[in-house]
Amino acid sequence: MNVSLILIILLVGAFATYIAGDKLASKVALFFGIAALGCSVVLLNHFNLGENISFLSQWINQPHVSFSLNADGLSMAMVLLTAALTPIIIFTSFGTEHKNAKAFYALILFMSFAMVGTFLAADGLLYYIFWELSLIPIYFIALIWGNGDAEERKKAVVKFFIYTLAGSLFMLVAFIYLYQKAGSFLIEDLYKLNLSATEQLWIFLAFFLAYAIKIPIIPFHTWQANVYQKAPAVGTMLLSGIMLKMGLYSVIRWQLPIAPLAAKEYMNIFIALGIAGVIYGSIVALRQKDLKKLLAYSSLAHVGLIAAGTYTLTIDGLRGAVLQMIAHGFVVVGLFFVSEIIYRRYATGTIAEMGGIRTQSPKFASMFMILVLASVALPTTFNFVGEFTVLYSLSQINVWFAILGGTTIILGAYYMLKMYQQVMLGETNTKAFADVSLNEGLALVLIIALLFFFGLYPKPITDLITPSLENIIKVINRA
Amino acid sequence: MNNILNEIGIENYIFLSTILFSIGVFGVLYRRNAIIVFMSIEIMLNAVNLLFVAFSTYHQDAQGQIFVFFSMAVAAAEVAVGLAILVSIFRNLGSIDINKLKNLKG
Amino acid sequence: MDTSLTLLLLLAPFIGFLFNVFFGKSIGKSASGILGTLTVATSFATSVYFFMQISQTHQAIQIQLFDWIQISNFKVDFGFLLDQLSILWLLFVTGIGSLIHLYSISYMHDDENMHKFFAYLNLFIFFMITLVIGSNLLVLFIGWEGVGLCSYLLIGFWHKNQDFNDAAKKAFIMNRIGDLGLLIGIFIIGSMFSTLDYATLKTAITGTTNLNITWISIAAFALFIGACGKSAQIPLYTWLPDAMAGPTPVSALIHAATMVTAGIFMITRLNYLFDLAPDVQNIIAIVGAVTSLVAATIALVQTDIKKVLAYSTVSQLGLMFLALGLGAYEVAVFHVITHAFFKACLFLGSGSVIHALHGEQDMRKMGGLKKVMGITFFTFLISSLAISGIPPFSGFFSKDEILMVAFEHNKVLWIIASLASLMTAFYMFRLLYLTFFNEFRGTAEQKSHLHESPSLITFPLIVLAILATIGGLISLPTNSWLNEYLAPLFAKASHEAHHFGTTEYALMAVAVLGGLIGIGIAYAKYIKQNIVPEEDSQITGFAKVLYNKYYVDEIYDAIFVQSINSLSKFFNQYVETTLSSLVFGLGKVTNELGFQGKKIQNGSIGRYLFAFVLGICAIITYLFLAQ
Repeated sequence: MNVSLILIILLVGAFATYIAGDKLASKVALFFGIAALGCSVVLLNHFNLGENISFLSQWINQPHVSFSLNADGLSMAMVLLTAALTPIIIFTSFGTEHKNAKAFYALILFMSFAMVGTFLAADGLLYYIFWELSLIPIYFIALIWGNGDAEERKKAVVKFFIYTLAGSLFMLVAFIYLYQKAGSFLIEDLYKLNLSATEQLWIFLAFFLAYAIKIPIIPFHTWQANVYQKAPAVGTMLLSGIMLKMGLYSVIRWQLPIAPLAAKEYMNIFIALGIAGVIYGSIVALRQKDLKKLLAYSSLAHVGLIAAGTYTLTIDGLRGAVLQMIAHGFVVVGLFFVSEIIYRRYATGTIAEMGGIRTQSPKFASMFMILVLASVALPTTFNFVGEFTVLYSLSQINVWFAILGGTTIILGAYYMLKMYQQVMLGETNTKAFADVSLNEGLALVLIIALLFFFGLYPKPITDLITPSLENIIKVINRA
Repeated sequence: MNNILNEIGIENYIFLSTILFSIGVFGVLYRRNAIIVFMSIEIMLNAVNLLFVAFSTYHQDAQGQIFVFFSMAVAAAEVAVGLAILVSIFRNLGSIDINKLKNLKG
Repeated sequence: MDTSLTLLLLLAPFIGFLFNVFFGKSIGKSASGILGTLTVATSFATSVYFFMQISQTHQAIQIQLFDWIQISNFKVDFGFLLDQLSILWLLFVTGIGSLIHLYSISYMHDDENMHKFFAYLNLFIFFMITLVIGSNLLVLFIGWEGVGLCSYLLIGFWHKNQDFNDAAKKAFIMNRIGDLGLLIGIFIIGSMFSTLDYATLKTAITGTTNLNITWISIAAFALFIGACGKSAQIPLYTWLPDAMAGPTPVSALIHAATMVTAGIFMITRLNYLFDLAPDVQNIIAIVGAVTSLVAATIALVQTDIKKVLAYSTVSQLGLMFLALGLGAYEVAVFHVITHAFFKACLFLGSGSVIHALHGEQDMRKMGGLKKVMGITFFTFLISSLAISGIPPFSGFFSKDEILMVAFEHNKVLWIIASLASLMTAFYMFRLLYLTFFNEFRGTAEQKSHLHESPSLITFPLIVLAILATIGGLISLPTNSWLNEYLAPLFAKASHEAHHFGTTEYALMAVAVLGGLIGIGIAYAKYIKQNIVPEEDSQITGFAKVLYNKYYVDEIYDAIFVQSINSLSKFFNQYVETTLSSLVFGLGKVTNELGFQGKKIQNGSIGRYLFAFVLGICAIITYLFLAQ
């Protein structure tokens, strides 16, 4: 039994969903999503028992490419995140009718397939292929099933596509250069390379361009808000919940260990860039008029902090970053689902047209509130664990980093509570607002339960990721 | 064996071939009637064929002559296809003036 | 046994919260209220049990549940510590908490969301217990943020009113500024000592001699900022008066008796750390003294009954910080306790008044309530005497000790504190006279409805008034039970050694005299001359500055809120669009290149052929030259 099984399930699921037809598509997709989750849990169990669940096979002879899937703690954590969020995301869309549903759900599973592949791939070219593959389904999902004016949407989505693709090409160039040097794309061979400082700097920058656009780190974030707003809720969830984490994961997995000298030399610049993102994103979020755009900028802020954590190159920074990646994945999916629930009832994303919802829907209001609080990292939520660890690691580099990065707990509270006040509180809205349906409530409760469980007891995840992160730190410090 | 090149030097063949080829090029560039352009291309082809034969004799090697047969066969096929295209263009546009054929524009 | 009892102590209110959230609506208002009260009473009973136990054994109880957060070189446990300090805090948090729950059953009975109110109150008690009994700074931080959250929820309890929501938001954000300070302090402590656990920390700090005092001072200062946020000290005090938007029991519970004392708890908890940072201690003392004076001056002219009490709370907290800064932790704790008694009583009393007047909070429209509301008046009077420092009420003892400590250290601080006390006596009796004496100034309709509150409201008042009267007994100047009880906590020897001589008696006399002067002025103005404060528009001069709270809110708004908003505007309008157009610009350049290049391929076969021939010529030439 090895990790390729998850990939097979998801790929087969995508085809099966397409064949199943529009009526059955959502249920078939959910089935395969849950199957993939179950499979990854079983694999996790095997992994924890110390079994080898990696997969390696020759693929292309010339150039020398192998189909190598390596599951360590870090990869498994990310795969679990993807596998857990995919069924939730599919489930959240049960309330909406989609035209051509079979293609829609098949694309979700396909996207999930590509992302899991990205998290598992241990061969540079294979990784690159999965990385690019994940872009295709989200392009179609956002373009075809998105909302708002079609021309505007096309503009935003095409920009996103070309932008990320262009960034990734630099990564491909870096990989080709590395292949020339190492004669292999395998990650362990790349880890062993002894590159000069100049070479490392160029490779670091090439990777950075790809990841900075994907994550996004300012000033490469301009695609984000518009795409989040225009994409359908499911697309936004996939993007913000999982796809962003691909970039952050790749920083830890590929960028830092391959070019450690450059990472160490310019560490402060990149940490500062991440923290600038925290402050900038928070301040820009303050004046957003559209709920999804506001959440997009809040995501920019949180992700900036995570990126800053990864560039500290300390075990605390990396661990905090991974914990926060997972926590943010859940909370952001929850928040975008909340915005979708409002959209279903009011058919608008404009904050000014909302307000006074709380009196009509107490359950929804409470769950929304909890998600807001999780997003501002209240202790006992999972986000606090991550944010605390990241901020602690920043304080070890320089206390000012921690103070400036810590403004997120003030500014974050400011824009999130302001938003909550404008959306939910005030005089009862004249338009009726039905409280959450069973399906909607179930999805939100699931997310909330996970956030609280890991907020109080993050040990399973910490134990899972720590050994592999320690290995990566070892590789970083090899020279 | 009596070699014809002993009587007329190889350079004469080259000159003739060059002149023929240049006439062809000139015709292709200058004329607007597609059929004449076509004929010019044939002249260029034949100029090359002539050169093939001449060099073949010069080197005492039959390969060049064999190649001429290929080239002529291909030319014949090409003429057949090309003329067919021209006829169809004429039917559609009522003209075979190449300056009016601008549909290739992107 | 201890573990399960601690869990009962902690989780009882949480279960009450959950029950009220899920079933509160269906079981009816009274039932949900009684349930909420019972859970807190359970916690109180357990606290009493622990108190008895620790009084005998003098042994702190340590409980570790599980590993929580893993940092590179240390772990943070999820654990609890029940020692003298935390049990003392537990007693009055749960004790006063139970009384306020009881009071709320009647007070909130007309509110449609009463079950929610009780749920939030329960949750608040839960977080407050967590704060107090956590065994390390991070568990304290859970409670710290949690009570901030509950205060947000309770201030904004009437969420249809956006002004209340603004006040709630403001309280939360102000608190969070302090929280950041606390976090930074935690980071520094963590990296210096590789632990956040109180017990280990105490050994690490007191047992080592060559500590880096600079970093300890920075950590202490950061922690102090955290305390400023929670305990409403300058510059982070402005949220507390606004927090009066919440229902009155909330003001009594959160903003008088319990939550605002968290800062004092934290500093007392880490007294060994602060002892090493004398500069920070000085800052604390000065901030405390200044806060007490500034808040007292503002309270002089306020007309909203709850606003007066709010500023009086800020002022009293300032006195406690003064004591903390002077290293007299047990004195601060003493004042925390007596203050909890009389301030809770005052707030609940004002709630009783507001209840009788159907929501009227303006003192200019009150008066003469003494006749109808006998019990409320009487308890209010006792508490006012206590807060004014008149013997033999509890406030006299605690305040007197603070003044004495101040006199010992620094005469200027003593003068400031004495002035603040004098003003306290004045504004409290101004409040009392305006509310309960003379004739009723409200509408006739209100007058016809005037009534004494039901016994569920008056019972807690009576209990608190008794406590406010006798509370001083726990720390008499010559024989202090409290100081002995708390002694194990402190690194330095207790301050109580000072013998009682003429200076002390003179100081005491001065303090009492000050209180009496304040009361006398109030009597002269509001009883003899029967003055009623002017309408808002007629207030002029310095009084207007005071009435508008030195315009601090406006200044903060202009400096911080507006600048952030305009920065946001600038980012949105210019930076975002510039960045976006840069990216689009790249696309446009590519597009333009293609557009120009397209012209070459105009579709004319003649041109193509020409290009073709030229190309061949070029290739041939190149080959020639290459040879």
